[in-house]
Amino acid sequence: MILDATDRQLINLYQRELPVCERPYEEMSRQLGIGEEDVIERLQSLQEQQVLSRVGPVFEHSKAGASLLAAVAAPDDQIDLVAAQINCAPGVNHNYAREHTYNLWFVMTAADEDTLQERLDELEHQLALPMLRLPMIEGYHIDLSFDIDWEALP
Amino acid sequence: MTLPAVSTRNDYLFTTEAISAWGLLRLREQLEDGLPLTPRPYQTLAERVGLTEQEVMSAISQWQQQGLIKRLGLVVKHRTLGYQANAMVVWNVPDHRVCELGKALAAVPFVTLCYQRPRRLPDWPYNLFCMIHGVTRERVLQQLASLIEDHQLQETTHAVLFSSKAYLQRGGRYVSHC
Repeated sequence: MILDATDRQLINLYQRELPVCERPYEEMSRQLGIGEEDVIERLQSLQEQQVLSRVGPVFEHSKAGASLLAAVAAPDDQIDLVAAQINCAPGVNHNYAREHTYNLWFVMTAADEDTLQERLDELEHQLALPMLRLPMIEGYHIDLSFDIDWEALP
Repeated sequence: MTLPAVSTRNDYLFTTEAISAWGLLRLREQLEDGLPLTPRPYQTLAERVGLTEQEVMSAISQWQQQGLIKRLGLVVKHRTLGYQANAMVVWNVPDHRVCELGKALAAVPFVTLCYQRPRRLPDWPYNLFCMIHGVTRERVLQQLASLIEDHQLQETTHAVLFSSKAYLQRGGRYVSHC
């Protein structure tokens, strides 16, 4: 994925502190030296290309509700099927295959702890696979908005 | 107006007393999908949830101050950009050292996430997690080797779980029905 200098600068400048004012994209466009319409088109295009998942707030999970990292060990030949079942479960927002006996790792969120546990119980029952439930005890670094090392990218 | 029943967990929803609680709940739901890409996104949100543009902006600012919103900005999909080698490194650290080590690893520039989670014995002996987002596996493994060296982790049991596929990546849904 090759991005031009303006797209890179857009990402460098606005992973945090997006302006809260009537016309935020207009304010961003002045920083970037391009037009407001251009900023909006670029953001649309970056979302379509899956470079951005969205423009917007990241909620602090401990204040927004309940959230939990869980893992299951799916049989290798059924991993896509199990992953699809997990994706369909309510509240699942991340789901990755990882190289381990526990090969599917996902994050589930809910409005409160009880709802979350009920949903996990139901999913565990549906999958018929034992589930590792790993709530966060302490976060030392939980913000994934690091500076992109453009030179290192392919 | 009758306020919807809420748990104590959502108390901060109502700190802006003058604003409709229902409107704020709907605003949170809308925000989980991100800001609209319209010239006046806060006005667009306001129209969708029955608040004014000013109310939407002040609610968002307040949520930022309170820490409910930890950042407002572009959420990057690192894998698309070329960060194809994402390793979750998990360690079995003595409980009395987990905090100190967690803070130390969190300060390493290439460690992108770091947290403590419970062990689940016998299957899962690891209690400290850190993530390294890298472009190549070789580079990530080099970084891990330097981490082990710098923090004297040679004797600490660990496992490296590279992600091989992303099935789903989107924002957390706390309010939305999903």
